[in-house]
Amino acid sequence: MIAKTSLAAETSALSPPGPELTPVSAPSGAVGQLSGWGRLPAPGRELKSERLEAVTRGAVLCRGLGRSYGDSSLPAQASDKVVATLLADRVLAFDPEAGVLHAEAGLSLAEVNRLVMPHGWFPPVTPGTKFVTLGGMVASDVHGKNHHRAGCFGTHVLRLRLRLADDSIIECSPTEHADLFYAAAGGMGLLGHILEVKFRLERTPSPWIWMESERVGNIDEYLARLAESAPRWPMTMGWIDCVSSGRALGRGILMAGRWATPEEAGATPPPPAKEITFPFDLPNWACNPVSVRAFNIAYYYRHFQRQKRGIVTPDQFFYPLDAIREWNRGYGSRGFTQYQCVLPRAAGAPAVREFMQLLARLGGASPLCVIKDCGPEGPGLLSFPLEGTSIAVDMAVTSGIQHIVDRLNEFVIATGGRIYLTKDRFTRAEHFRAMEPRLPLFAAARDKWDPGRRLRSAQSVRLLGDRA
Amino acid sequence: MGRALSRRLVERGDSVFLLGNEPAELERSAADLVARHPQQALVAHAPCDLEQPAGFAGALDAADRALGGFDTVIVTAGMFASQLQLEQDHELARRLVTVNYAHTVVFCEHARERLLARGGGRLTVFSSVAGDRGRKPVGIYGSSKAGLSVYLEALDHKYHAEGLSVLCVKPGFVKTAMTAGLEPPPFAGEPEQVADDVLRAMLQGRPLLYTPRMWALVMFVIRLLPRFVMRKIGF
Repeated sequence: MIAKTSLAAETSALSPPGPELTPVSAPSGAVGQLSGWGRLPAPGRELKSERLEAVTRGAVLCRGLGRSYGDSSLPAQASDKVVATLLADRVLAFDPEAGVLHAEAGLSLAEVNRLVMPHGWFPPVTPGTKFVTLGGMVASDVHGKNHHRAGCFGTHVLRLRLRLADDSIIECSPTEHADLFYAAAGGMGLLGHILEVKFRLERTPSPWIWMESERVGNIDEYLARLAESAPRWPMTMGWIDCVSSGRALGRGILMAGRWATPEEAGATPPPPAKEITFPFDLPNWACNPVSVRAFNIAYYYRHFQRQKRGIVTPDQFFYPLDAIREWNRGYGSRGFTQYQCVLPRAAGAPAVREFMQLLARLGGASPLCVIKDCGPEGPGLLSFPLEGTSIAVDMAVTSGIQHIVDRLNEFVIATGGRIYLTKDRFTRAEHFRAMEPRLPLFAAARDKWDPGRRLRSAQSVRLLGDRA
Repeated sequence: MGRALSRRLVERGDSVFLLGNEPAELERSAADLVARHPQQALVAHAPCDLEQPAGFAGALDAADRALGGFDTVIVTAGMFASQLQLEQDHELARRLVTVNYAHTVVFCEHARERLLARGGGRLTVFSSVAGDRGRKPVGIYGSSKAGLSVYLEALDHKYHAEGLSVLCVKPGFVKTAMTAGLEPPPFAGEPEQVADDVLRAMLQGRPLLYTPRMWALVMFVIRLLPRFVMRKIGF
């Protein structure tokens, strides 16, 4: 055994002179491919360094775990300096009494959970995967199953440290440079490179979730049950079958949850999540209308009791898909996209039903269609959620994908809804402008903090008209 | 890899003293270890630069005082540059070879004296698979690591009986800042996996570790290749 004392001579005892030299092994011009979770690649390469502050100097874009689906984290040009934040994963302070965590932007949510759960805390907002970084969570202003209660992640952020386009470093908070803060939360990394994030955690009565789930026969019933659950449950969401039609249109499984009380949870801590890795790319034809239909039917009837209730682990509840690492390989090498939009409450259930019918007509078959409730729009200038119903569908990239996205966007614009940039790859600039009345405010913030539009991504070039 | 390893050590309840050439970075790394384990006894740090051998004794003394006598020294530091850069810049080549071989040996000698004086201990040093064979893409860097590996082997042979447990770690391709920008080959490892392997090997008292494990086999084959083949291939 090593006794109590040991000494580690740290890695940094000598480093190459300056971060520019860090990836010395890559001769300039050696360009690989970068891609988001949807696997549509773009030429580019990322610089990795433990020293985020130094390496972001002169950078155009930062990316974390690459979980945004489309081109949010892809460079507009192969030569753009893209920084990977992953190695900058130090916790700078954690107060187990007050529940405040301050860390570098590359720290993953999985690691945050692992660190804070034993102390009775959990992030106040978590997206559907834990393989995201804090920086990415801020840039996307992520929302979770509790959006109707807790709002977006940015609501719980106390402080950000950013490297601005002019290479200066600045701290901002809801009270200090608030305009910058609210533009950066949900700003897709276009206001400044997020270096550090300080945020508030949520106290949990136990490390388990009490979940109730229910099979629901069609979309109208589903929406009614979702609306009923919202006031009673802090977390709600559900999966629906988007290939069945007629009376079964939009049948699905509705899930509601809350943190379990200590009595319900018992004494045992949740076991670590079991993970398997998707071993290879499925061939492109594997995801086809027949297999998608089979999957949907199987998924629906797997929930064979009408109602289920009991305790589950946070991993099972929040991150069911994380159990299969690299599940995006199931769509094959051609890649896929997720279409996520929110339809405002005013448009009501009929709009959601029409959306489902339109989707079925367009043939946008999806094995995974998730519907949930969103609460009121938050303060993030470009944050996705607004009060209404959020719909997310995965679609393999086929030759008709642009047509499908265009038609869906036209429908969303007509209802007064909007799409989620973090998932998007195919929306047209004119459609985005039409669904985003807040765009001039965002442009004004960028005029102030990055008038030369130095920070940009493939997505900002496509949607915001930045030069490539 | 040093970061991942120090996290493992603190998680086990070890006290850790960090050495590095940038005080501000050390401060943050120490804060990280403390924040991850709020009940942890001791994490401290002092500046030490492998380019400045005059500072080695002082840095090790500071660690000794802080820890009340250390029983393990881990050296993960080193310098890396591509063969192309090293061939073009003789001064860089001189610095790299000096740091990776001469100065690291001197640092280890300081550590050896202190550990032997207290009846032994562990010395774990990161060398590289690049030192196993003269390979085209890592000729100069590899030669510095070859010297280091031989030194560590001899140290083990000479002082093992006196209680000094020397571990020479030969990482294959690991996804760190050093290899950023390179296309990861098959069997590329993650720093966390390497840290687990190193800790296990240290506790088992093994003298040599290839990590990720597959590299033991890869390097076995490469060591067997005749020279006329090595001249032909680009690996």
